[in-house]
Amino acid sequence: MTEIFGISTQALFGQLLIGLINGAFYAMLSLGLAVIFGLLNIINFSHGAQYMLGAFCAYFLLELAGVGYWWSLLIAPLVVGITGIIIERTMLSRLYKLDHLYGLLLTFGLALIFQGIFTNYYGSSGQPYRLPEEFSGAFNLGFMFLPKYRAWVIAASVIVCASTWYVIERTKLGSYLRAATENPAMVQAFGVNVPRMITLTYGFGVALAAFAGVMAAPIYQVSPLMGANLIIVVFAVVVIGGMGSILGAVITGFGLGIVEGLTKVFYPEASNTVIFVIMVIVLIIRPAGLFGKER
Amino acid sequence: MAVTTTRAASGARPAGVGVAIAVMAAIFAIAPLLGIYPVFLMKVLCFALFACAFNLLIGFGGLLSFGHAMFMGTAGYICAHAAKEWGWPPEAAILAGTAVAAALGLIVGVLAIRRQGIYFAMITLALAQMVYFFCLQAPFTHGEDGIQSVPRGKLFGLLDLSSTLVMYYVVLVIFLAAFLLIYRTVHSPFGNVLKAIRENEPRAISLGYDVDRYKLLAFLLSATLAGLAGATKAIVFQLASLTDVHWTMSGEVVLMTLLGGMGTIFGPVVGALVIVGLENYLSAFGQWVTVITGAIFVVCVLAFRRGIVGEIAAWWARRGH
Repeated sequence: MTEIFGISTQALFGQLLIGLINGAFYAMLSLGLAVIFGLLNIINFSHGAQYMLGAFCAYFLLELAGVGYWWSLLIAPLVVGITGIIIERTMLSRLYKLDHLYGLLLTFGLALIFQGIFTNYYGSSGQPYRLPEEFSGAFNLGFMFLPKYRAWVIAASVIVCASTWYVIERTKLGSYLRAATENPAMVQAFGVNVPRMITLTYGFGVALAAFAGVMAAPIYQVSPLMGANLIIVVFAVVVIGGMGSILGAVITGFGLGIVEGLTKVFYPEASNTVIFVIMVIVLIIRPAGLFGKER
Repeated sequence: MAVTTTRAASGARPAGVGVAIAVMAAIFAIAPLLGIYPVFLMKVLCFALFACAFNLLIGFGGLLSFGHAMFMGTAGYICAHAAKEWGWPPEAAILAGTAVAAALGLIVGVLAIRRQGIYFAMITLALAQMVYFFCLQAPFTHGEDGIQSVPRGKLFGLLDLSSTLVMYYVVLVIFLAAFLLIYRTVHSPFGNVLKAIRENEPRAISLGYDVDRYKLLAFLLSATLAGLAGATKAIVFQLASLTDVHWTMSGEVVLMTLLGGMGTIFGPVVGALVIVGLENYLSAFGQWVTVITGAIFVVCVLAFRRGIVGEIAAWWARRGH
């Protein structure tokens, strides 16, 4: 067995892969947070709960209706996205004129409600979600085995992040979105329906969280609190990256996942906290975040 | 944070507030004699102190900390460890816990005030989660078990705290002292500058105030008093556990303050009373308590932003003027 710094390459690449998977989820979730924050100026505290809702949606579809993974990947984000739109229309839209922190408090309350309801019925233990047939097995890369599903998660995450980036930075719709981020009143004056755009943006961000939840279902178990601890790490990721850019959120997400994986190999005790430590360092050196702009 | 209840803090005349504080002290002083369970009241007082400390930051400084549990929890652990493992008397153990919370507050404050608004909330939350993981892994906290059967001991070698009633009045004295300190701080020149920063930070800077220093001092004071609450709580319940460092505790103190009335003197006390009471009576419903807590959050934010005391003060002001 080959070794680097006294660590077997097998363990190293194994943890690197796990890190990359975690990074894929950090990237998707912080991307959703950044998109929502850009237009609504709200930090969506219920993002973790909505990720959980996506996973449970897939679980219900499979267990109760026999609907498989691929359809879930489409239906769950749609369903959770629609609940997000309802939340935005009925509640969040009343808060735009107030301090942005009220949005944080409202979504925190919603997260407690969702998590409380599911914990009540499912406890804090996880429900297993069957891996789809076509993903059983692994690719042999020579130096390691890459399970097919994990390869798919990384690929899908990259595709989703890249297309979101493309839509926002390179299309006409995206240019409206960016303009509305800068100056909503002016964009409204040009005849763009900004409130509807805000609603759809929130729905999209939430759907992205639900999509990540479905992707996570076969890897991690489906449990009511699966998003609660994850979201705090994602907040740290967002602080490190700064919410100024889409690309920044994605790069920071993947990068920190890998760093976390490496920490697990070299200094396992710190693997839970390494992202927070990096956050502290970034705050000291560059308070606006790696990709953020001071405002 | 633009709190809508500035009147409640400044509108009432000082004499009126003095009377109100005296009434509150009298109610708490006679409550156990009226047959209200003292342990429940001590829990209320500890959380009321915690919420008042938090309110100092959000209500008067406009800084939303989403990680205040770290000060309460850490102080609880240090106090419990000092009292149990080192055999320190309760006053020394409480002081040790409070001092460590203050030191932690200084470090976290220096880092967190580098960003404003939403980022401030996220940074405090992330740092609190780091402290949580530390407490989960550090051997002296005994992980999931926590530090149990902490001796209450004798205060100053005289007062035997194992008597529930003696313990109660000690907690009441601690609470009232801290409450008066907060009241004094809010109405001092320091408190006024703090309010100015909350309302308009750039203007405060242009007036020549060192905004960061004021924020840091407010954060430090708030963390210290939150630590005092946590250390006292550890002696009262003879227990320090992970619950007190978990982020749900940080959320709970936000809720108490929001429900009672942000930026009001008495709001956090009322909020703590309602929430602790609610949790006490609903404890049989298990996880539904979380759902109800969340629902109160949503209702408060949507329709009830001034909180209980804030609404009463606004009603009073409409009637009186």
